[in-house]
This record gives sequence, structure tokens and C-alpha cells, in this order.
Amino acid sequence: MCVGVPAKVIKKEEYSALVDVLGSQTTVGIIFVPEVEIGDYVIVHAGQAMSIVEEEYARQSVEEWKKLVNARNPETV
Amino acid sequence: MSMLEILKQSSNPEICKPLVDAVIQKAVEFRQKFGRKPAFMEVCGSHTMALARTGVKQSLKDYVQLISGPGCPVCVTDQRSIDAMIALAEGDNRIICTFGDMMRVPGSNRTLLDSKIAGKDIRVLYSPVDAVKVAKDNPDKEVIFLGVGFETTIPILTLMVGEAEKLRLDNFSIWMTTKLVEPVLRYLLEAGEVQLDGFLLPGHVSIVLGEDAYQYLVTEYNISGVITGFEPAELLSGIYKLIDLAINGQASILNNHPAVVRKAGNQVIHQWLEKYLTECDEAWRGMGVIPRSGLDLKPEYDKYNAKKRFTVEVGEPKKTKCRCGEVIRGLISPNECPLFGKACHPMNPIGPCMVSAEGSCAAYYQYMRESF
Ligand code: SF4
Repeated sequence: MCVGVPAKVIKKEEYSALVDVLGSQTTVGIIFVPEVEIGDYVIVHAGQAMSIVEEEYARQSVEEWKKLVNARNPETV
Repeated sequence: MSMLEILKQSSNPEICKPLVDAVIQKAVEFRQKFGRKPAFMEVCGSHTMALARTGVKQSLKDYVQLISGPGCPVCVTDQRSIDAMIALAEGDNRIICTFGDMMRVPGSNRTLLDSKIAGKDIRVLYSPVDAVKVAKDNPDKEVIFLGVGFETTIPILTLMVGEAEKLRLDNFSIWMTTKLVEPVLRYLLEAGEVQLDGFLLPGHVSIVLGEDAYQYLVTEYNISGVITGFEPAELLSGIYKLIDLAINGQASILNNHPAVVRKAGNQVIHQWLEKYLTECDEAWRGMGVIPRSGLDLKPEYDKYNAKKRFTVEVGEPKKTKCRCGEVIRGLISPNECPLFGKACHPMNPIGPCMVSAEGSCAAYYQYMRESF
């Protein structure tokens, strides 16, 4: 029930939004994330957007993984 | 990098493969220090599935002990509640709406699927809020949603009540059997049956609860937790951090999923929960009743509470040799159940852990039969 591929918001209405999930479009509820904007990525659970993915933190996580990998393997970049 | 490219990095093999090596190296360091493998419990059923599906669990099996916990909502629901929900579907003039996972869960006498085949109106919904629409379209029928779930699903149940109120429906109700993470973690820690070096904390439940909600693990039990997502790089980095904390003898809560989990959780959701729900005792499979371990509708919403509207009679649940109760407490792994892969398999599940998309036995059967 909890699998969450982030969905990109394409169109926003008052309580729902049209989102794109890897090329297929569907409508989800946005009552729990009223601040969502077009272009944001959201985590959807059982038809409802539960959280907005923050780009800055997503980027930081990737940097962190690369650091872990490089710390172990200094010869690779 | 565009946002989509950033998100794709979490399953990029060029990152994930070396991350496996980094985790193994850390785990070896742990073993050198403590003379054993580090042991962590993944609390969430989706973690159990993700660890198996991505191969993370298999590739770490000689170095890290990953124990599945009580995180699959259908699996932790006790047998009497399962039987009651199946009995509920027997009543006339009713439409039962549910998540797909519930359909094949064995009751003492039958499954919901058996009842559906026998002609009962039972509908599987991906988006539960649609159950309210079903009620609106069928004013002469009672529409009951089977509300099984943890903190991620519970808010959606409140949305349904809100919607039913708005439409002034008299024929919609929810049969609530919800479960909360904190009381069951406390139960496990107090029972002390499994030795753990930390918890892999659920990414989605934490969207609701927030990072700060886990501090009791540190202050009261001196154990670490790392909030983790579901993609391979997220899982591996989460496990890495847990081992690192354990090596340093440091108990701490870390948020390894900061892009979606905030410190205080989702405040809009908290308001919905507070408006409609109140704590209640819940019975867990293999653990009995844990006080205040679930949420139920407040008395002013009795109208939407199926348990108040309908009476169902169920007898003592049928005894089986299923060991789901021990599986969800982390005491045995699925392949230690004598029925695993023999009498019990996905086409003929004996217990819920073999049915659910988040069940440990199903995860083992699908992805790990050969590797353990
Ligand atoms: S293998 Fe089947 S019978 Fe055994 S614990 Fe798992 S679900 Fe129950």
C-alpha cells in the first residue's frame, strides 16, 4: 500500500490535481498538501498526495550517496 | 540535473553497487568490534518488500541481519477482526469496499473473495475515497469501507468521513481496525524478545508523524532509528547510517528521507486526525490487545462508525499452524515456518503474511526462496 513513485503535478484544482507518473496521468487528491504548485513532485498514497518532494534535500541525498561511495573508492569519481 | 534525474539516482546501479560494498565494509567493521552481525528491524511492510525486490536484503545477508517487523497492516490484524470483517460482508443489502490486500486473507471459514464469488457485492478500490461515491450512487444500500491501516492510511479514512458529511450521506460507514507504530515498537522493546541495534523507520508513516515523533526511542530505550525511503540507494544509505551509529555506540534518530519527511510531519494531516479520531485499544496478531494502539472515530461520528451500526457475531478463530504471529514480532523468519512453500504459498495462503503485498512470507516466497 505504501509504494511511492513521485508524481509530477501538471494541473491543479481546488482539492485535486492531475499528475504524471512515469508517463501515465492520473488524478490525485491534494487536500493534505494545499501548498502544492504545478511542477512539484508529490508522494501519493492511496490516491492522495501526502508530501511534496523538496528538490534541495533530494539533491543533498544524492550528494551524500556519492560521498559514501567515493570515501570507500577514492579512485573512482 | 533535473528533478526527474535526481530522483532516478536512487536506483542508479553506478551508485547502488558501490553503496552495497560500502555497507558491507561498515558491517565488517561492526563485526570486528562486537563479534556478531548488526541486527536491524524494518518496521514497514513496504520496506520488507522493497528490501527483497531490490535485492538489498539478499546482497547483505552474510553481513547484516535485517528482521521484518510488524509493519504490514493486514498481517498484524488479529484473526477475530479478520473474521468479523468477513462476517460483515455476509449481511444483506450491503456493499463492502476494501483494499485489494484483504480479499484473499484467510478467515476461519472463508475469504472475502469466496464471499464475492458466492454473490456478495465486495469491491476493491485503489482510491478509498471512491467508496463515498459508491455510497452516493447506491442510496438504498449500506456501503461499508474496511479501514485497515497504519498512520499513512488513517488520514485517508478521515477524508472519507469528511466527504460523507459534506454529502450528508446516511448509508456510508467505516469498519475501523487501525494500528499505530509507536505502541507496537514500545511493545516489542519492552518484550525484549529480539536483540536489535536499531530500526529502519518507515518512510511514509514518517511523512505523517515527522522526524521528531521518534525521540522516545532514544530517550526511553536508548536505541537508534533511521527514517528511510524505498529505493535501493535510500535503503542502503539508511542501513549504512544505522551501522555507523551502532559502531559508535550512539543512539540517535536520523532522517535519511529529508526530501519528503519533515521534522514535525504533515500538520494538515494532524488537524484531520485530531478532528475525527481518538485513541483506542487494538488487538494485534500474536501480541494480544495493546492499549491505545489504534485510532477510532470520536463518538460524535458514530453515524460513520460501522462497529456502532452493525453487529457481527464471530466465534473463536480456527486454530492453524500458521506462525505469522511470530513472523511479525521478528522471532522467526518465514522460511522457519514449517508450512512455508509447502502447504502455504501464494496460491494457497494459510496466513495473511503470505497474502499481502507487504507480507514477509510473500516477500520471501517471491524473491528469496533460493537465497536463504
Ligand atoms: S508461511 Fe504461511 S503459514 Fe507460515 S507464517 Fe507465513 S503465512 Fe503463516
